[in-house]
Amino acid sequence: MSKKVQVQARINGEEVEFLCEPRQSLLEVLRDELGLTGSKEGCNNGNCGACNVIMDGVLVNSCLVLGVEIQGKEITTIEGLAGPEKLHPLQQKFLEYAALQCGICTPGFIVASKALLDKNPHPTEQEVRYWLAGNLCRCTGYDKIVRAVLAAAEVDHEGRR
Amino acid sequence: MQAFDYASARTVDEAVSLLAQHGERARILAGGTDIIVQVREGRRSVDLLLDIKKIPEVNQLSYDPINGLRIGAAVPCYKIYEQAEIATAYPGLIDAVSLIGGIQIQGRATLGGNLCNASPAADTIPALIVLQATCLIAGPQGTREVPVERFCTGPGRTILQRGEFLLSFHLPPPQKHSGARYLRFIPRNEMDIAVVGVGASAVLNEAHTRFVSARIALGAVAPTPLLAVEAGEILAGKEISEENIQRAAEAAQAIARPISDMRGTAAYRRHLVGVLTRRALQGAIQRAKKEA
Repeated sequence: MSKKVQVQARINGEEVEFLCEPRQSLLEVLRDELGLTGSKEGCNNGNCGACNVIMDGVLVNSCLVLGVEIQGKEITTIEGLAGPEKLHPLQQKFLEYAALQCGICTPGFIVASKALLDKNPHPTEQEVRYWLAGNLCRCTGYDKIVRAVLAAAEVDHEGRR
Repeated sequence: MQAFDYASARTVDEAVSLLAQHGERARILAGGTDIIVQVREGRRSVDLLLDIKKIPEVNQLSYDPINGLRIGAAVPCYKIYEQAEIATAYPGLIDAVSLIGGIQIQGRATLGGNLCNASPAADTIPALIVLQATCLIAGPQGTREVPVERFCTGPGRTILQRGEFLLSFHLPPPQKHSGARYLRFIPRNEMDIAVVGVGASAVLNEAHTRFVSARIALGAVAPTPLLAVEAGEILAGKEISEENIQRAAEAAQAIARPISDMRGTAAYRRHLVGVLTRRALQGAIQRAKKEA
């Protein structure tokens, strides 16, 4: 076993410090070391998007990032989206539009959609569909998810964080 | 996943010396979208993953119409297509970097990784070849430069020697009346591996009636991406016509050595080389006409 490495990063606005082995992915660090189990392991090879997080403003698969690589970086996970009082508009719209069934893919879809709306606040349906091409859902089909994202884009900017 | 060590180099010399020390047991970590999966799935065994992303040279991204484009090996795809000036000057490259994986992959995956992973189906390699890109390689003896079409030697194999790694790419500035296009065939709209990929570039005369020169490169039809030399040469000096484009497509088909696998049969792939070569050439011509 390789020596553990000490890493400092900012996760959902909080400074964190942890020890991890070089072979641990960011996803494993989030779930197993930091107790942030919102990010899901689907395929563990970059195809499904269930583990999506935002790293320094860029959407990534946390299964394809090593924990040691996030030294000094800023990470947003699904846990970082809701405010203390209410859900993020994307979360709210996913509920309203029933854009989920089993829920495994949902955190990844919502984080990916947040990255889209941060960059492009009023995407077209086609832009939403292409942006979410790297996220797989095996329950609902994608239509309700796309409708929910488009509806969240209509929510006032004040309502979004 | 197997245990390995992680090191982050800050200079080219530091990386070269670690690579020379570990030989084949060390692999470069840039975007990680291939290497992390390979190590996790036991397809590759390593002692050391060497992160090069803190080395300034591998993060360069600069373009000007006189010197052309310099792209560091570790620059992720999205940074390339988000720069308007680069996107305008090299649409043929943008075709390739914007269709690799989904947005999540484009946020990490790099041009350098796509080349060094040396997949026969790598999308950026035919695009780089037709744009006459060269690779700058750093090693124990200093740097050397080789054309992209000479870099891959087989599936997963490259010309890199012990202690060497890919530093950056250089693309010459686009000539007047020139254009390029990369097309790949997959059975769905997004997120798949090329059944066949074809890149084409063309330089036209001022009247836009003739080819001054053309380059065609093929992916997923041989152990390495191929520069279809004859297919390009056939067009030099010739009139832009369906017949001449068809002759080039047939010359491209003639050098394809495809295999049959789950993505398609050899015959299907050879047929696609013809179709995509014609379409990529037509796309390149259209773009060249706009560059008047």
